[in-house]
Amino acid sequence: MKRSGAFTLTFWKSVAIVLMALGFAAAVQRYAMGLGATTNLKDTFPWGIWIGFDILVGVGLAAGGFTIAATVYIFGIERFRPILRPTILTAFLGYLLVIAGLMVDLGRPWAIWHAMIMWNPHSVMFEVAWCVMLYTTVLALEFSPVVLERFRLRRTLRVVRAVTVPLVILGVILSTLHQSSLGSLFLIIPGRMHPLWYSNIIPFLFIISCVAAGLAMTIVESFLSARAFGREVELPLLSELGRVIAVVLALYFTVRLQDLMTRDALRYAFMPTYQSAMFLLEIVPGVMLPFGLLLVRRIRESRTGLFYSAVLVLLGFVAHRMNTTITSMEHWPDRLYVPSVQELAVTLGLAAFGFTAFALVARYFNVFGEAPHGRAHAPDAPAREVAAARAE
Amino acid sequence: MKPKGLLIDITKCVGCHSCEQACAEANGLPQDAATDLSATHYTYLKSFNDETVFVRRLCMHCNEPTCVSACLVGAFRKTETGAVLYDESKCIGCRYCMQACPFEVPRYEWGSLAPKIQKCRMCYERVAAGGQTACAAACPTGATMFGDRDDLVREARSRIDANPGGYVDYVYGLSEAGGTSVLFLSAIPFEKLGFPMNVPKEPIPDLSWRVLSQVPKYAVAAGVLLFGINWITARRTDVARFEAEERRARARGAAESGVRP
Repeated sequence: MKRSGAFTLTFWKSVAIVLMALGFAAAVQRYAMGLGATTNLKDTFPWGIWIGFDILVGVGLAAGGFTIAATVYIFGIERFRPILRPTILTAFLGYLLVIAGLMVDLGRPWAIWHAMIMWNPHSVMFEVAWCVMLYTTVLALEFSPVVLERFRLRRTLRVVRAVTVPLVILGVILSTLHQSSLGSLFLIIPGRMHPLWYSNIIPFLFIISCVAAGLAMTIVESFLSARAFGREVELPLLSELGRVIAVVLALYFTVRLQDLMTRDALRYAFMPTYQSAMFLLEIVPGVMLPFGLLLVRRIRESRTGLFYSAVLVLLGFVAHRMNTTITSMEHWPDRLYVPSVQELAVTLGLAAFGFTAFALVARYFNVFGEAPHGRAHAPDAPAREVAAARAE
Repeated sequence: MKPKGLLIDITKCVGCHSCEQACAEANGLPQDAATDLSATHYTYLKSFNDETVFVRRLCMHCNEPTCVSACLVGAFRKTETGAVLYDESKCIGCRYCMQACPFEVPRYEWGSLAPKIQKCRMCYERVAAGGQTACAAACPTGATMFGDRDDLVREARSRIDANPGGYVDYVYGLSEAGGTSVLFLSAIPFEKLGFPMNVPKEPIPDLSWRVLSQVPKYAVAAGVLLFGINWITARRTDVARFEAEERRARARGAAESGVRP
């Protein structure tokens, strides 16, 4: 994994640098001039892409963290360990970016700490805030062994290792609560949302869809890092994830369809409206198509097939979160929202920062250390013996 | 103090805009013409049917306000006068109240670097001191009437009963969002005057509380379940390891005893 220290400017590196610079400039402008001058938010449209994308999508894409951690530590399926660390890193960075996005979006960001001492347990936002705080801490601890190993802090490492299981369990509880509470935020606005997206089971839909998206993110991240670091991609493992995604998508699609039919809202899907078009764009190429693709073994077990299926799942997920926060609140012609240049710049800049941070951490820390060929790690050894013993 | 309220009888309004002016004066806001509610216009008179019908917009001061329940730091409170007040010293600026309000009332100081929410305060200080709201005091026709909410509800009913042909048989605000301090009477169906008719007839905070109140139960159940599963898988691993060791020991023993003779 170690490569020569010299910095070489590649195409993607320059793209990332430009996006980060633009995003930083837009954020500076937002702090200097206020939200009104730099965003297209208004009294009738108080939430835009910083909430819809940076927060709702960001948190959803981090869902691989709790899924894979639970798979390895709670269900004891050790063969997924090689992708555990990169997935936890993705989730941790995802949450840090969510907090960064919040700091730009909040009108009074210096008061964010109020959430810690001024409690209103009747607010879904209160649950959201505490889940962000606690789960970010849990993710930091889950990722900490990588840092502690690097600096040979053995005693602290032992402490963290000893509490790994309770930590992972706490992480699963917090993460599922957080994913669902982001959906529950919308329960309180039945009147304003389009019936294709408002539902009283929205918290449940958010949990199901985030599992598919989190796993798809793990697949995409694995392919990208394999390319960036010249590693072999763990194809059999990832194909297995692809199969799980297909099952989750099927569950999601069934529940969603059932919900639309019980609320008699399915008819809105086939009307010549903007909302109907956005709904179909979300469901057909974002849920039905990848489901069909992932069902086919040849596609699921091929590099291209799996990668592009996962990308479709991600796009469908992004479409669902954006439609929930933005499309469902729009009315032609008096209430429309198009993000401003600054809003786009901050969002793209944060995404570019995420990729860059991942690459840097992976370069200087042992993120892929628990790869199948890596023998160095003691915790793997008993597991391998067990597997051997079972095979006998 | 009994909770106060406002009864706004649309049939009596002549569109003189005195309420807007009195409101701006009482709250120290600029005296310019309003085009909608805004951070500097706590009330706004909207005209319908070629400027013959006028409808006031203002905070409805719900009995169980959605904003009070939505705000994570508790920056909103329902006061003893019935007024719903906002405290900027708590606010973090998430704007969930704006999103949550079924009447889309809270407005934001978008141009400010320390933005606050702005909305009608039902003249809290004046009312607490025994007075009435500035808008009611300024209304020349009695279209906006101040009083105890209970009395206003009775008054609204008796006006409809006394003149059934002159009113739609509906008091807007009686049950919207579980009831509001501001009530409306109209001769024209409310949906034709821009009133949201799909506002739930129950307190809206219940919609999220139904889910939120399940959180502790869920956390405990999930915790027990996950620890249980972990215990089973860990135990299985231990047993498998023990058996593997035993088998190895037996094999070693057999090999040693085979060498000795």
